[in-house]
Amino acid sequence: MIFEGLAEKLQNTFSKLKGKGKLNEQDVIAAMREVKMALLEADVNFKVVKDFIAKVKERAVGDEVLESLTPGQHVIKIVKDELTHIMGDTQSKIDFSNKPPTIIMMAGLQGAGKTTTCGKLAKLLKKQGKRPLLVACDVYRPAAINQLETVGKQVEVPVFSLGDKEKPVTIAKESIIHAEKNGNDVVIIDTAGRLHIDSNLMNELKEIDQQVKPHEKLLVLDSMTGQDAVNVAKEFNETIEINGVILTKLDGDTRGGAALSIRGVTDKPIKFVGMGEKLDELEAFHPDRMASRILGMGDMLSLIEKAESSFDQKKAREMEEKLRTQQFTFEDFLDQLEQIRNMGPIGDMLNMLPGMPSKQMKNLNVDEKELNHIQAIIQSMTRNERTNPSIINGSRRKRIAAGSGTSVQQVNKLIKQFEQTRKMMKQFSGSGMDKLKKKGGKFNMPFFG
Amino acid sequence: MLKNLFRRNEEEKHRDQENPQDKEQKDKENPQEPEAPKETETPKEQESQQAPEASKEAPLPSGESTEPAPEEPQEEIMSFGGLFGRLKEGLTKTKKGITDRVDDLISSYTKIDEDLFEELEEILISADLGVNTTMEIIDQLRDRVRQNRATDPKVVKGLLKELLTEALEEVANPTLNLETTPSIIMVVGVNGVGKTTSIGKIAHKLKAEGKNVLLAAGDTFRAGAIDQLRIWGERSGIDVISHQEGSDPAAVIYDAIQAAKSRKVDVLICDTAGRLHNKKNLMNELGKVFKIVKRECDGLSRESLLVLDATTGQNAIQQAKIFKEVTDLSGLVLTKLDGTAKGGIVISVSKELKVPVKLIGVGEKLEDLQSFDPKTFVDALFD
Repeated sequence: MIFEGLAEKLQNTFSKLKGKGKLNEQDVIAAMREVKMALLEADVNFKVVKDFIAKVKERAVGDEVLESLTPGQHVIKIVKDELTHIMGDTQSKIDFSNKPPTIIMMAGLQGAGKTTTCGKLAKLLKKQGKRPLLVACDVYRPAAINQLETVGKQVEVPVFSLGDKEKPVTIAKESIIHAEKNGNDVVIIDTAGRLHIDSNLMNELKEIDQQVKPHEKLLVLDSMTGQDAVNVAKEFNETIEINGVILTKLDGDTRGGAALSIRGVTDKPIKFVGMGEKLDELEAFHPDRMASRILGMGDMLSLIEKAESSFDQKKAREMEEKLRTQQFTFEDFLDQLEQIRNMGPIGDMLNMLPGMPSKQMKNLNVDEKELNHIQAIIQSMTRNERTNPSIINGSRRKRIAAGSGTSVQQVNKLIKQFEQTRKMMKQFSGSGMDKLKKKGGKFNMPFFG
Repeated sequence: MLKNLFRRNEEEKHRDQENPQDKEQKDKENPQEPEAPKETETPKEQESQQAPEASKEAPLPSGESTEPAPEEPQEEIMSFGGLFGRLKEGLTKTKKGITDRVDDLISSYTKIDEDLFEELEEILISADLGVNTTMEIIDQLRDRVRQNRATDPKVVKGLLKELLTEALEEVANPTLNLETTPSIIMVVGVNGVGKTTSIGKIAHKLKAEGKNVLLAAGDTFRAGAIDQLRIWGERSGIDVISHQEGSDPAAVIYDAIQAAKSRKVDVLICDTAGRLHNKKNLMNELGKVFKIVKRECDGLSRESLLVLDATTGQNAIQQAKIFKEVTDLSGLVLTKLDGTAKGGIVISVSKELKVPVKLIGVGEKLEDLQSFDPKTFVDALFD
């Protein structure tokens, strides 16, 4: 893919420019061609790309190259900074009304994920101590109300519905009265999916807006949307003046250029992103991460943040000590495994690493179930066995296999792998850890200098 | 912009391309298809030029829109290629997008130069053709302009149209292979592209053709999916085989196949849960379903259709690639063409994966489904 290695490509473009100094116009133009392709391939609207490139070019020409960076890295830094800036420098949140209930209305095209997102948002707000009410205003799509009701049950949030015979405006109005009566401080209105050029349905949306006066009007948009994202965002924004956007299905492998397109035409913040089918998979939007993603540079920041939050510093130090003294046991291995798994699905983590081509990633599919098995096997060992794996003989193996619900072969395989790992670690002894660190440093990511 | 990256490997292929006269003759030999749209097209064209507001209202799903094709509606439903009014309706927006811009562009140029090609590139890219396909097409366009010694920028439009049609025609095959009784159609795709809705429409269409249809509610995951399919089934009076929500989709499909065999239905259409193609476990689950279909339907006609959303950008290629690996795709269904999205991604997918587009969805009504015809499609884009 053209896009895969923008960083690499830019490095090549600048490979002749070893020395430091200022970026001259020709360098920048050459680099911008690559950036332009990258953005287009990421589905950023081509007009938005044009504006963006012009802006970056202006900023980059004559810019002093930072001491620690190569010219290529420096250009990427400028591009990334600018991208982050455009997509919103700070995170934005839901604004709650002083006088409850706060009314939130979701709108968007068919299949963007409105109903699921309603459920996710309800769950999130409930977690924050709110008492949300879901309102089923999609009277058109077969079984849409049914879907919202099921979702409501799953997140334990009440759903208000008047069936599919009433007009959506009526349902919305009634729901507010219902909320006031029942002490719901947030009302989330699920509307039907509609095309932005469908004037009847857009008028209907406008009517709900005028009658109910939602405090938050959120456009739900599929992150895989292509060039058309600008038209969609523009029309919805012109009709109901949205307050923000929720980008869905970002757990796919799209670059998500739509995020930039939306900002390019509406200037409205992206408030949340949908990261999976489970109802707790709604996350805050991080412009910097999105910038990396659009540029195909991996989500290093997320990874680091995750690592920091879930990796216990003290334990890590102990581990290092153990590695040095070669006393690594199954107990430690289990510890380590649990810590890593705290960071989230391994596959997700690998995806966040830059420079991992998707082709290799395919073969590198980490089976979460396999990890479950490993954990079960270790947990079925006695304390003595864990610290002293050499005592695990045939009958013990049989017992462990039975206890963990696995087979003796699986137990054998794990023990063998463990021994190999141990051996490898011996080779790292002493200054080994430092070497490892140095090796890691070779990644030389431009944004952590 | 992309000039430096053009590949020159296609020259050979186009040396012996037919010249415009041959093309015209061909059209005359086969007047039925290309002639038909022109009749209804002309007034519509004027209307949409004079009052763009009016054309915006045309593709409404509310049923109030005035149908411009009063002639023999029954026959229209039966014949696959004859739904020009509706296609036009659905594609008006699409058409306006590319065509107006090409026209604007061409009238602003007096000779063919690099700037013209560059602008054309941008137009194709903004139609979601993607960088790669755009480069290839423009590359071929250059060759063809050279071969035809074209000096008039207006000729360029015809040549471009030709190229786009060819790209689609290369793999075109709009008919569904439904020879045996029963035949089976599997419908797959990522979340929210319109699988269930498309199934409702396909079922309706086949039933209107006199076929005995059965549906299988293979989406046991999404809340309300089974009911949604049931409602579509009720609308056209078609039975739906379903289990409980959350049950094993493979079991549902297995049961449905047995039912289809014992009830001697003509076509079994199976819904599946939407899944992002990068979710390994979900794709494995789909693989398992297809294994069962393969085993149980040995010797029967099988179609495996991937539903693509016309608003989707370059990710559609990735989707098609991976679904093709797992499900042995036989065709594409392009949905939501009644919006402003250009659907240009179809050209890229056809080119890259050699999977034909079989059907297109142009609205929310039961009959808003048409078989895909490259020529009509491109014609509607450019006329």
